[in-house]
Amino acid sequence: MLRVEVNGKDREVPVGHTVADLLDDLGLDGRLVVVELNRQIIRRTEIEDVVLRDEDRMEIVHFVGGG
Amino acid sequence: MNTVKTNWAAADPDPLTIGGRTFESRLIVGTGKYRDAEQTVAALRASGAEMVTVAVRRVDLDASKEESLLHHLDPREFFLLPNTAGCYTEEDAVRYARLGREAGLSDWVKLEVIGDQETLLPDTDALLAATRTLVAEGFTVLPYTNDDLITALKLQDAGAAAVMPLASPIGSGLGLLNPLNIRLLKTRLDVPIIVDAGVGTASDACATMEQGVDGILMNTALAAADRPVLMAHAMRQAVEAGRAAWLAGRMPKREWAVPSSPSTGMLD
Repeated sequence: MLRVEVNGKDREVPVGHTVADLLDDLGLDGRLVVVELNRQIIRRTEIEDVVLRDEDRMEIVHFVGGG
Repeated sequence: MNTVKTNWAAADPDPLTIGGRTFESRLIVGTGKYRDAEQTVAALRASGAEMVTVAVRRVDLDASKEESLLHHLDPREFFLLPNTAGCYTEEDAVRYARLGREAGLSDWVKLEVIGDQETLLPDTDALLAATRTLVAEGFTVLPYTNDDLITALKLQDAGAAAVMPLASPIGSGLGLLNPLNIRLLKTRLDVPIIVDAGVGTASDACATMEQGVDGILMNTALAAADRPVLMAHAMRQAVEAGRAAWLAGRMPKREWAVPSSPSTGMLD
C-alpha cells in the first residue's frame, strides 16, 4: 500500500492506483471536481493515466456557493 | 388606452460588454449563503442575472452526501464566474483561479486578494501582481478592488477586463459610501466599472447605477434578506431603474422652488 494525503488527511491506496480509481473509491464524479496533485492540476482527460505515488499530496475541489 | 412597452435594455446605447461578451442584465449575483440550493436558484432566476459567481473549495470527504453546486446550477442557464474569495496572497489567488478555470467552462475569474481579515479590504499590490499573472495566462480578469482611482487605472493597464470597486465593505450592506470616487472611476476608465460589495437594499442599487456605472455585483444583500427571492426581484428592478435614470439624465438640483404648474391663467 501507498500512503497519500487527500484534502489534508492521510489515506492508504493500493500500488498502481490512479487518480480516477481514487475518485471512484470516494464516490466522486470526475466531471464535477478538479484534482490538484502536488500542486499540479490534473486535467480531466488525464485522471485515468496518472498513477499515485507514495507521499503524494492531493487536493480535490469543486464549486460551492460564493460571492 | 394604448400602452407602449419599451425594452429599455435593448434601447441602451452602451450595452454591458466585458471581455467581448455582452450581457443584457447589469446585475451579477453571488451564490453564497442562501438557505439551500433551491432558494439559491430561485433567487438567481428572480434577479435576472446572466452571470453568477461561485467559489472553489475542498470537497468535504466526510460528508455523507457532498454536493457540487453544479448539481443545481446549469452552466447553460448561468454564466459561471469563479472567484478567489478567501485568498490573501498572489500565489493563492492564482492557484484558485487556475482551479476555477479547470472546474468551469471558461477562463474568467473574479479576482479577490484580501489584505485584512476585519475589513476584507483588498491588498492592491498583490491584486495587481495577480492580475498581471493571470492576464498573461489568458484569463479574463475582473478584480475586486477599493474605490481608489490610481489602483483602478493600474488594474486597467494590467489588462483587467473590468474593474470592480466596492460600494462599502463586503457583506456590510452600508450602500454606496463614496459616490464621488465611483463617478471618478467611471469617468476616467475605459473598461466597465462593476460596483462589487456593500449594496444593502434596492435604493442602494438604484443610487449606485445612477452614478453611471456599468453594473453591480451583490450577494449578501439577497441572501441575508428575510425573503431573498423577493429582494432579488427588487434588485433587478432597482438596477434597471437606476440605469434608465442615468440614461435619462436627471434634472438639475436647485435650492429654491420652481412651480410645476403655469403661473399664468390664475383666477382674479
